[in-house]
Amino acid sequence: MAQIFPKSANAIARMSVYGAIFVLIFVGWAFDALNRSAYNTRAFMAREQPIPFSHAHHVGGLGLDCRYCHTSVESSSFANVPPTKTCMNCHSQIWSTSPMLEPVRASFRTGQSIRWTRVHDLPDFVYFNHSIHVAKGVGCESCHGRVDKMPLMWQHASLQMDWCLDCHRNPEKVLRPQAFITTMGYQPAGDQEEIGRRLMSENHIQDARVLTSCSTCHR
Amino acid sequence: MSDSPKHLDLAGARARLEGKRGREFWRNLEDLAATPEFEDLLQREFPRQAIGWADDENEVDGRRNFLKMMGASLALAGLTACTRQPTEHIMPYVRQPEDLIPGKPLFYATATTLGGVANGVLVESHEGRPTKVEGNPEHPATLGALDAFGQASVLQLYDPDRSRTLYQDGEIRSWADFLGMLRGLIEQQRASGGAGIRILTETVTSPAMADQLAAIQKLFPASKWHQWEPAGPHSARTGAMLAFGQPVHTYYNVSNANVIVSLDADFLASGEASLRYARQFAARRRVEGANTTMNRLYVVEPMPTPTGSKADHRLPLRAGDVEEFAWLLAAGLGVAQGPKQSDNGDINKWMGGLVKDLMHNQGASLVIAGEFQPPIVHALAHAMNAKLGNVGKTVFSTDSIEASPVDHVASLEDLVSDLDSGAVDLLLILGGNPVFNAPVELGLADRIEKARVRAHLSLYEDETTAVCQWSLPEAHYLESWGDARAFDGSVTIQQPLIQPLYDGRSAYQVLQMFLEAPEMGGHEIVKGYWAAQHNGADFESWWRRAVHDGVVAGSALPTKTPAINGAALATPAHKYRLEGKLEIVFRPDPTIYDGRFANLGWLQELPKPITKITWDNAAIMSPATANQLGVYKETLNAGYDGVPMVELTYQGRTLRAPVWAQPGCADGSVTVHLGYGRTKAGRAGTGAGFNPYGLRTAKALWNDTGLAAKKTAGSYLLATTQNEHALDPKRHIVRAGDLADYLKNPASVHEGAEDPPPALTIYPGWSYPGHAWGMAIDLNACTGCSACVVACQAENNIAVVGKDQVRRGRAMHWLRVDSYYSGSPHDPEIYNQPVPCQQCENAPCELVCPVQATTHSAEGLNDMVYNRCVGTRYCSNNCPYKVRRFNFYLFSDFETPSLKLLRNPDVTVRSRGVMEKCTYCVQRINSAKIDAEKQNRKVKDGEIQTACQATCPAEAIVFGDINDPNSRVSQMKAEKRNYGMLADLNTRPRTTYLAALRNPNPEIED
Repeated sequence: MAQIFPKSANAIARMSVYGAIFVLIFVGWAFDALNRSAYNTRAFMAREQPIPFSHAHHVGGLGLDCRYCHTSVESSSFANVPPTKTCMNCHSQIWSTSPMLEPVRASFRTGQSIRWTRVHDLPDFVYFNHSIHVAKGVGCESCHGRVDKMPLMWQHASLQMDWCLDCHRNPEKVLRPQAFITTMGYQPAGDQEEIGRRLMSENHIQDARVLTSCSTCHR
Repeated sequence: MSDSPKHLDLAGARARLEGKRGREFWRNLEDLAATPEFEDLLQREFPRQAIGWADDENEVDGRRNFLKMMGASLALAGLTACTRQPTEHIMPYVRQPEDLIPGKPLFYATATTLGGVANGVLVESHEGRPTKVEGNPEHPATLGALDAFGQASVLQLYDPDRSRTLYQDGEIRSWADFLGMLRGLIEQQRASGGAGIRILTETVTSPAMADQLAAIQKLFPASKWHQWEPAGPHSARTGAMLAFGQPVHTYYNVSNANVIVSLDADFLASGEASLRYARQFAARRRVEGANTTMNRLYVVEPMPTPTGSKADHRLPLRAGDVEEFAWLLAAGLGVAQGPKQSDNGDINKWMGGLVKDLMHNQGASLVIAGEFQPPIVHALAHAMNAKLGNVGKTVFSTDSIEASPVDHVASLEDLVSDLDSGAVDLLLILGGNPVFNAPVELGLADRIEKARVRAHLSLYEDETTAVCQWSLPEAHYLESWGDARAFDGSVTIQQPLIQPLYDGRSAYQVLQMFLEAPEMGGHEIVKGYWAAQHNGADFESWWRRAVHDGVVAGSALPTKTPAINGAALATPAHKYRLEGKLEIVFRPDPTIYDGRFANLGWLQELPKPITKITWDNAAIMSPATANQLGVYKETLNAGYDGVPMVELTYQGRTLRAPVWAQPGCADGSVTVHLGYGRTKAGRAGTGAGFNPYGLRTAKALWNDTGLAAKKTAGSYLLATTQNEHALDPKRHIVRAGDLADYLKNPASVHEGAEDPPPALTIYPGWSYPGHAWGMAIDLNACTGCSACVVACQAENNIAVVGKDQVRRGRAMHWLRVDSYYSGSPHDPEIYNQPVPCQQCENAPCELVCPVQATTHSAEGLNDMVYNRCVGTRYCSNNCPYKVRRFNFYLFSDFETPSLKLLRNPDVTVRSRGVMEKCTYCVQRINSAKIDAEKQNRKVKDGEIQTACQATCPAEAIVFGDINDPNSRVSQMKAEKRNYGMLADLNTRPRTTYLAALRNPNPEIED
C-alpha cells in the first residue's frame, strides 16, 4: 500500500504536538483573562437605576455619612438600601416637585418598593457580613471605592475570591481606625502596615488561618 | 458466614445469644441472624438496592448510561458555569418597621397545640417570614425544647397543598358569601333556639374560644357543641371520674421521683408535657461529677417506645395485660384487694422487688398510667400514688384544662344519633378530620350527609371536606391570634407571625360569625376576651407582656387534692389475662400523629423512633408472633426484598398490612399506628401506608383481643433506615453498663474497646489556638424521640427525598438516630444513638477530596464547600461513620413558591450532584462569633446552640468550645463515660458519646 503521508508530515505532526501545548496555554490564559475581566465581574460599570441617584452629590457634595441611609451596616450582615421614607425625610421638603424624583414620591404614595438594581452582588454561596468588617476597621472605601466620586454607582472591585483573600490573608493592609470608617479619601497617618498591625491586635482580629477557613464565608 | 443458615430462624438467633457474657449489641434481627445481606451492608456505603436508576433499573445498561450521563452533565454543567451572574434587584421597605433590621431575624413567642394542649414556642422570623420554630425557655411545657411536630409546623404553614380557596360545592365563593349564608340560616334557627345547629371541634383548651362557645350556647340554648379528638386522653378523663368523681387533670414532677413505674405510658416522648418530663427525667440520670445516683424506671408496654428504651426494667406486656399488672401492683401496695400472683412468671419475678422499691420511696415515687390504658388503670394509678404519699410531691391534680371535659365518644355518638334523626340543619366542623378518624362503626362519611348544611374549616381539603358543601380555608396558627392552655393550665396568647397566605380564617373568626360583630378579627376577639377578664389597672401593658413572654403569668391552674373513691377499686372486676389470643393495639403514629401531619414530608420521612420505618405504617409484632404466623424469616432483610403481608381481621373488618418484626414487642400483640392510609392528604400523604381507622371502633379505641391475623400473598417494600448506614455493633459503637458496676469500675463500660491515646501519631499535632468546637452526646439522656432530626432539617434546608430514595439509602438527614439492642429479641435493652458528623480531627473524608471541597477549618470543623464539590463521593466512601449525604437528584424544591419562603436564608440550598453533611450549624457559630467579636469578647459557653441541641428535651446533646476547660462540653468529655465512636481508627472525632447507664433493681433477676 502506498504511503499516504509524505515525509514532511512528520514535521507538521511534531509541530502540532508541541504547538498544542501553546494553544492550550493560550486558551487557559484567555479563559482566565475573561473570567477576571470587567466584562465578567461588571466592575467599573455604572448600573442604570430607576432613579439616577448620585452618591457623588449626596456623599461628595452634601457630605452625608454613609450610615445616614445604610443604617444596618453596623448591626447586620446586610447594609440595607434605605426605605423610601429615608429619601422622603429630605425630599418632602427639597426638590419636592422634581420630576426626576417622581418614582420616590410614587413609592411613598402607593407603598410599592423602589426596584433598585443591585450593584454589589456576591454569589449566593457567599455569606458576607458587613457589620463585622466595619467593627474591625475595614472602611467602606476599601471595598466600595470612592463612592463620593460616583455619579451612578458602580462596583469598584472584582468581588472575586482572590480579592477577598488578599485582605483575609493580610488584614493589616487595609485596616483603619474606627473614626475614619466612612471617610472617603482616607490617608493613613503614618505607615499603613504598622497602623494595621496595631489595629489587628487592638481589635482582636483572628489569625489568617481562621479568616481563610472555608466556613468563614461559605456554609 | 458458614454458620449463617442456622440463625435464620428465631431459635437460632436466640441460641447465638446464649452463653454470652456482658452486653453484646446488635442492630436488628438481620444482624442477630448474621444474614449475609447484613454482613454485606456493613461493608457498604449504601445498601445494595441503591445501585441502579430510580425507576427502570432493569432496562438500563448501567455503565454505558452512567458514562453518557456523566459526559452530558460535565458538558452542561461546564457550559452553564460560563454565564455572568444574573442581575438582581433590591426592593427596600417603603416604611421600615421599627424593630426590624434587614438581615437580622426576630423572634416572637406563640404556641403550637396538639390535641388542644399548648407547647410554648419562639418563632424565628426573617423579614416577616417565619422560618424556624424553637421551644420557649420561659414556657413550662417546653422549657426551650420542642418535639418533632412543633418543629415541622412551619412546613405546614408553607405546605403548597393547603386549602387556599373557599368553595361551595366546588364553586369559588368569598367569606362574605359564607357569612351571608350562615347569618340567614341563623335567623331561621332563632325561633327554635338553634335546635338545628351543631358545632364539632377537637379538644378545646382556649379560654377565649370557650367564651365564644358559651356565648353561642346562650344565644341558641338548643344548639350543641360536640368534641372529637381521635387520639385524646379519653381514658385519663374517664379514669379521673372513676377515681375522684370529677374530671381532674393530672400532671407530674418527674424531678422528685426516685422510682417511676410506667404502665404503658410513653411519658418521655408523647403526650402533653413530655418535653418537660424528659428534661426532668434526664436530669435525674446525669451521673456526672459528684452525682452518682440515678432514678429508676420500670416500664410495662406492648411495643417498645422511647420511654421503654430508657427503662431500667422493661417488661413487654400486651396492652390488655397491663391492667392485670396494675391490679397486682395495687394489691401488692395494699391499695386494692385481689390476687398478688400472676400466671405470668415474668410479672411475679418483678413484683416483690418493685413493691419494695416503691415502698422505700414513698413520696419520691411515681406511677404513671398510659393515656391509652383503660380508665381503671388510671384510677389504680391515682390510688397507688395517693397510697405512696406522692400527691403534692410528684403528682399534682388540677381542674381540667379543657374548656369542656366531656366524653368525646359519647359526644360524637350523640351527634350521630341527631344526624340520623334529621335534626341537624347546620353542621360546622372546626378543624379535625372526623370522617377519616371517627370510630368506623359510626359510618360518619355517609351519615354526615344527613346534615342539611355542612361546612368544614380546615387547613387541607381532606376526607371530611369532601363530604361538606362548604370548604373553608383555615388560618394556620402562625397566621392567627388565639390562646391555649398548657399541661398545667398556663395560658399562652398565640400571635400571628405572618398575614394569612391564602385568606384563611381562624376558628375564632368563624365562631364569631354567630355572635354580634360577626366580622370581628382574631386580634379583637382574643384581646377583647382577656380585657374583659382583666381586673387590674393598665390592661395594655399586661397584654403586651403576656404576648411578649409567651405565657400569661400566674395562669397555671391551682392544684387540688381530691379524695379517692375507694369503692371503685375494691376488687378486680374480672381477671384479665389474654391467654393465647391475639391482640390489636392502636396508637397514634409517632411522626404523623393521628394523620393530621400526613402531608408533611419532614415527618413522613423522619424515621420513627425504634422501628426507623419511614413513609409507612406496619403491623408491628414480636419476632415470635411473626414466627407463629409463619412470616418471621421473610421479614428479615426488609430493605432488599420487601416484607410479607398479613390480613388482620377484627370484628369482621379486615385490613392488609405489611409485617414488621420488632424485638421487644409483647408476644401476641399487634400494634398498628393510626394516621396512614389517607386518601385526600396532599402530594406527600395521599396513599402512604394503610388505614387502621378502618378497624377501630368506639368500644376499643386503643386495644382489644379478638384479632385474627393470617399471612396473605404479596410482599411490600418498607423504607426503613435501620438497615442503612449501618455500623458494626461489635465495634463498640454504643457502650453501656450498669450503674453499680460503673461506680465500682468506671472503665467497665469501655470493656473490650480499644481507644488509642490522642498523641499516637508521628506527625506534629495540628494546633487549635482559638476556639475548638466539639460536641458531647449523653446516651444516658437520649430517648430517641428524634425531634433533633427534624430540627436539623428545618435549620439546614435539608431536602425530602421520598420513599423510594429512602429505601436506596439516600435520605438526606444530616443527623440520624440509630437504635441498638442487647439481650434477647423477646425483651432486649434498647439504646438510641444520635449520629451527626463526628467532625474528626484526622478526617478521612478530607484526604480524599480531589477538589478540596471538604477541608479542615482552623477551629476543627470539617468544612463542606458546596460550590467546590464536583460530586465524586470519595469522601462519603471514606467516611467510617456513614454520615455524608449526596444529592443524587435535585432533591431540593427550587420551584414551589411557598417553599422558598421556608428556607433558612443563612444556609445554602443544595442542588444535585453535591455532597452535604452536618456542619455543627456553622451559621449559628458564625453569627454568635460575629456578635461576640463586635463586642471584643470571646464567645460565652452556651451562647451557641446547635439546632439539635436547642430542641433536645433531654439535653442529651451539648455543643461548645473544648479549648475552654470550664465549658459544659469539656466537663462532659472529661467524664469517665466519655468515648469516641470508632476511635480505634485514630480519627479523633470531635463528637463524643457518654456511655449509657442502667440502674436495675438488684432484687429483680432479669
